[in-house]
Amino acid sequence: MIERATSGSVIVNGQNVSAMRAGAIPYLRRNIGQVFQDQKLLYDRSVFDNITLPLAVTGVHPRDAAKRARAALDKVGLLAREKANPIALSGGEQQRLAIARAIVNRPAIIIADEPTANLDAGYAGEIIDLFVAFRQVGVTLIIATHDEGAVARAAAKTQTRSVRLKAGEVVA
Amino acid sequence: MTAWLRLHWMAFTATLSKLARTPVATLLNVLVIGVALALPAGAYALLINLQTAARNVSSDPELSVFLALDAQKADIAEIEKRLKGQPGISGIEFRSRDAAFEEFKKHPSMGDVIASLDRNPLPDAYVVRMAVNDADALDRLAGAVRGWPKVEHVQVDSAWVRRVAAAVGIGRLSVLVLAGLLSVALLAVTFNTIRLQILTQREEIEVSKLLGATNGTIRRPYYYYGALLGFMGGGAAALIVYGALTVLNTGVAEFARLYASDFRLGFLPSGDLAAILAFAAALGLAGAWLSVSRHLREFEPR
Repeated sequence: MIERATSGSVIVNGQNVSAMRAGAIPYLRRNIGQVFQDQKLLYDRSVFDNITLPLAVTGVHPRDAAKRARAALDKVGLLAREKANPIALSGGEQQRLAIARAIVNRPAIIIADEPTANLDAGYAGEIIDLFVAFRQVGVTLIIATHDEGAVARAAAKTQTRSVRLKAGEVVA
Repeated sequence: MTAWLRLHWMAFTATLSKLARTPVATLLNVLVIGVALALPAGAYALLINLQTAARNVSSDPELSVFLALDAQKADIAEIEKRLKGQPGISGIEFRSRDAAFEEFKKHPSMGDVIASLDRNPLPDAYVVRMAVNDADALDRLAGAVRGWPKVEHVQVDSAWVRRVAAAVGIGRLSVLVLAGLLSVALLAVTFNTIRLQILTQREEIEVSKLLGATNGTIRRPYYYYGALLGFMGGGAAALIVYGALTVLNTGVAEFARLYASDFRLGFLPSGDLAAILAFAAALGLAGAWLSVSRHLREFEPR
């Protein structure tokens, strides 16, 4: 999605992403919710504008975009903060905002990179509980994390598959 | 299709609001483009006025066909018939030798000379007016008419036509060269403005790409921005030219009055004005395209 595989292949929904032509990549990205380690929020615009960005770039009508954005913000408990600037949010709220942006396009797959990094245990727990909630409604989640506690918390609440990597090799 | 149109509409409205959000920067850019375009546009307007003035001074290009003194009514009728059959003629006027003689008699400086003549020395004549100011066509017609029977002399007034045509040709070339050079300036202004925007919006571009924006979606607002900037610059150029012509007209009116004329410098015809606006918008779009093609490649998300 961001980098091409140097060997092997990446299959998403039956499509070999590695062989995909460059022009098709944006359409793949629209169907996958992404939560970045550094969140990639835009700090020169409001929470609401950050949420509607994935909808705006795909041509969703602003009225529908607003409805879906508010629904996503409601899911992550940030509806009351829609006019705030992301910089005014706590670390946990910013992470929830990033998750809301990832789900606003109603993706079938969410990929999260270190979603609990730099968060205290309380906020990290909230984030994992959110992911578990999505998992329970059928969303596929792929989470890359160093946070063993997060993995344990998720495993305790829903069926998970863990793959342990060490120095680029699968160890368990 | 609906989403595609909506994306265009959203890009267009976002561009308008971006222009409105930075009024000073927008105004300065529009002024730079407007001044650059006003020079060739103004020169073009003056050229059009020169053509109009030349046309007014001499009316249409004319050909005087003097008939032989022994030409009979049948000969005159035949010549008229043949003249009317020629292409590119807007009108012919017959001046009989008797009418010309009477006219000369009335002339203060010629009256005595004419009165001393024992017979009318003047021939019958036709004045032929051409529909278009084309010196070559005039020469061709003169050559043909000279060979007709009972035609004594054909006088072509094409030298001035050639001189005006040459001057207008040089003027046109000068305007083209000027427009070409200043178009480069317009391209540079748009290129640089868009480059600065891309640099300041780097983060937004990267995030948008990660979220599924296509290259077209990213590029579109910049294209609209360049085209609108060019269009507004074209409008500013038109206003500058209009203002300059209005000021010049105060002097022109005074000058024309000395020649008992009401000549004034006219503004650009609406077709030319539309062409200038379209040209300016196209240049702005081209500048945006060059800038976006050059710089967006550097902003692939990592």
